[in-house]
Amino acid sequence: MTTAELIAARRAEPWREALRKSKKNKERTDIPRVKMNELDAAYRSRVRKEEVNLGLTAEQALVEAQRCLDCVNPTCMEGCPVNINIPSFIKHIEVGEFLDAARVLKETSALPAVCGRVCPQEKQCESLCIHTKMKKEAVAIGYLERFAADYERESGNISVPEIEQPNGIKIAVVGSGPAGLSFAGDMAKQGYTVTVFEALHQIGGVLKYGIPEFRLPNAIVDVEIEGLRQMGVQFISNCIIGKTISYEDLHEEGFKGIFVASGAGLPNFMNIPGENLVGVMSSNEYLTRVNLMDAADPESDTPVLQGKRVAVIGGGNTAMDSVRTARRLGAERAMIVYRRSEEEMPARLEEVKHAKEEGIEFLTLHNPIEYLGDASGRVQQMRLQKMELGEADASGRRRPVPVEGAVETIEVDEVIVSVGVSPNPLIPSAFQGLEVTKWGTVVVNQETMQSAIPDVYAGGDIVRGGATVILAMGDGRKAAAAMHAHLKKA
Amino acid sequence: MSKIVSKEQFSANVVKLEVEAPLIARSRKAGHFVIVRLGEKGERIPLTIAGADIEKGTITLVIQAVGESSQKICALNVGDEITDLVGPLGQATHVEKVGTVVCAGGGVGVAPLMPIVEAFHKAGNRVIVVLAARTKELVILEEQMRAHSDEVIVMTDDGSQGTQGLVTDGIESVIKREKVDLCVTIGPAIMMKFVAALTKKYEIPTVSSLNTIMVDGTGMCGACRVSVGGKTKFVCVDGPEFDAHQVDFDEMIMRLGAYRDLEKK
Repeated sequence: MTTAELIAARRAEPWREALRKSKKNKERTDIPRVKMNELDAAYRSRVRKEEVNLGLTAEQALVEAQRCLDCVNPTCMEGCPVNINIPSFIKHIEVGEFLDAARVLKETSALPAVCGRVCPQEKQCESLCIHTKMKKEAVAIGYLERFAADYERESGNISVPEIEQPNGIKIAVVGSGPAGLSFAGDMAKQGYTVTVFEALHQIGGVLKYGIPEFRLPNAIVDVEIEGLRQMGVQFISNCIIGKTISYEDLHEEGFKGIFVASGAGLPNFMNIPGENLVGVMSSNEYLTRVNLMDAADPESDTPVLQGKRVAVIGGGNTAMDSVRTARRLGAERAMIVYRRSEEEMPARLEEVKHAKEEGIEFLTLHNPIEYLGDASGRVQQMRLQKMELGEADASGRRRPVPVEGAVETIEVDEVIVSVGVSPNPLIPSAFQGLEVTKWGTVVVNQETMQSAIPDVYAGGDIVRGGATVILAMGDGRKAAAAMHAHLKKA
Repeated sequence: MSKIVSKEQFSANVVKLEVEAPLIARSRKAGHFVIVRLGEKGERIPLTIAGADIEKGTITLVIQAVGESSQKICALNVGDEITDLVGPLGQATHVEKVGTVVCAGGGVGVAPLMPIVEAFHKAGNRVIVVLAARTKELVILEEQMRAHSDEVIVMTDDGSQGTQGLVTDGIESVIKREKVDLCVTIGPAIMMKFVAALTKKYEIPTVSSLNTIMVDGTGMCGACRVSVGGKTKFVCVDGPEFDAHQVDFDEMIMRLGAYRDLEKK
C-alpha cells in the first residue's frame, strides 16, 4: 500500500467517519489552541535538570485533538520530514486511545518523545496545517505527539513495532545521533541485522551531549534507544569508524551497507584576538561538559567553569541552550551577543521567549572583535562592535555592517562561542573515494542518500552541515528505504 | 569495559598498565593516544599509547598520578576494568629515515616516547635518547630504551643517576658533538618550551607531542586548541605532534591552568 492509500484507508474506517460527523468543522476551528504548561521562570532558571515544558494533561490533549479536521488531503504530513500519519494519531487521541496513537507515531518515527520536544513544528508540520490557511493557530501537533509518546512511556506498556523475518543481511551505522537512530529503526523493521557504531561512551549523539536536560531529559532519550535495542539493533560505543576499525574492516566483517551519520561536530571559532583565553570555549565543549559529563554535579569528576558574567556568541538554538545553561549554573548576567537583529535569529521563537523569561539579556546588532584577559589568562572583557543592517545578502537576510567607531567594552568572565559547526573531517577522510564538498559535507544523491561509494549512504548533518534533529531523521528514513530497495534488487 | 591484564609500578607515582583492547592494539601506530573514563561519574582523560601487543590484544598505558582521575587509574589492579577506552586517536608520528634523531623525554613523557623511539630506530635512523628526571627513582624505561636506540643519556636534576643537569643540557651535549637532523620531545609543557628554544637556536627541526586538556578527543569541542604558527589547531585531531618551533607554549601553559582551582577542591 502506498502512503496515500494508507491515509485514505484509515480515514475511511467507520470510527473515523463517525468521529468527523460528531462535530461541525466550525466547532472544531473555534476551539482555541492549547497553551503548554510550563515551570515558573524564576524557579526554573535556578534548577538545572527540570524540564521547562511540562507537557499536556490528558484533558488538554483530548480537547486539542478535536481541533484537527481530519483533512482528506492532510498537508501537515508534507511538512513532516519522516511523514508521520498525523491525522491518524491525533484521531486516536481524540477518542482516548492514547496507546494506539503512540503506535501510529512509531510506524515512521524512532524517537517520537524526542521530536515532540525539539522539532521546530512551526516551520514544519504545523506551518502547513489547514488552520493556518484560515488565519487560525495551527493544531498543536508537536504537543500532541509528545503527549502520546510520554503517555505510552509512563504507562509501562511500550509497544515494539512489528519486525519482518530476519534476512541475515548485516548493516552498519556510523554515529548514533538522530539520523543514525532513525535509519537503524527502519532497517531493523525490515529484517536487517543492524549495528550502530558510536565514538562517544553514550548513545544518542547531540540528543545526549548537546540538547540540555531542561529541554530534553537524557532518560527519555534512553527509553527510545532501549526501544531500538528491543527491535534487535546492536550498539557499540567507544568505537570510531576510520580509527578503531576501518571501512575495509567493515567489509571483511560482511557488512553489506553502511550509513554514515557522523554529524557536524566540529565547532567554528571566529579567529579574533583573545579567543584562546581561559574561559572562552565552544558551545560543544560547554554543553558536552554539562550534559554528557554532568560536570555541574559535584559528584562528577569533570570540571566546568561557572561564570558570573557569561556572554554567548550567536543566535541559534545551540546559543539559546548554552545561555540558558549558564543561567542555571549561576550566571548573574547571561547575555546573547548576536550580530544581526532579533528578527533574523535562527533559534526557535519558543526558545527565545523562554530565554527572555529566564532573564537572559539580548545584545543584538553586536559583534565581538576581541577578548581581553587578566594576568592568569582568564577572559575579563570583550570588545563589541555595534552593527546595523545593510543590504540583503544572497540568503535574503539583511547583512550586518559595522557602525564606524561604535565599539563598547563589557566585563565578562566566560564566553561561549556558538557560531555554527562544520562536518568533522575524521570520518569522511577514512572512506577512500567519498566525494566531499568544500565545506566538508558528503555529496549524496538527494533522492537516495547514496554517496559516491555505492554501498555507503549518508545523511543528517554530515550531508547538510548544521541542521535539525528531524531533518536528520528524515534523511535516515530516506536512506533506509533506498538502501532496502537497492539490496532487494541485488 | 577493558580489563587490566598486568600492572607494574615504575616509581612511586608512575604505573604501567597493560589493558585488553584488541581493536586498538591492531590499528594503533606510534604517536597515537586513547581517551579513558573510569566509572559513571568519571571524566574523560587522554593517555598516550606506550606500546601494544597485537597477539595478546593489549595496549600499554603509562600513567602518572597527578590529579584525581589519574590517581584512580593508578590504583587499579590486575582484573579491574576501565569503563571506557576509545582510540587510537590523533595523527600518528611521521616516521622516515632522516639521519640522526634525538628523542628527549621528561617525567611520564618518557613512556609515550617509547614507541616513537622504536619506530625511528626501525626506520634506520641513528637514535639518541635523552631521559630526564628529578631524581634516580623517577627514571623509567631506561633498559627498554637502550634496546631500541643507539645511545641513552640519563639526566637527573640532583645528579643521582647519569649526568647532573636538565634535559636541555643533555640535548646540547649531543648537538655540540655531532650533527642532529631531528629532535622529538615529550614531557611537561615547560620542558618542551625550553627544548624548542634550544633547538631553534641550532636550527634543528623539532617535533613535540602536546598534552593539553581534552574532553572528547575527536575534534568535537576544541578544549585542546593551541596556536601553531599563529593558527588555531585542535591537538586531538590535528596533532598531538606539531612543529615545536611554531607552538605558542606560553598560551598552552596558560590554558593548562584553566581548571587548577577546581581541581584542588
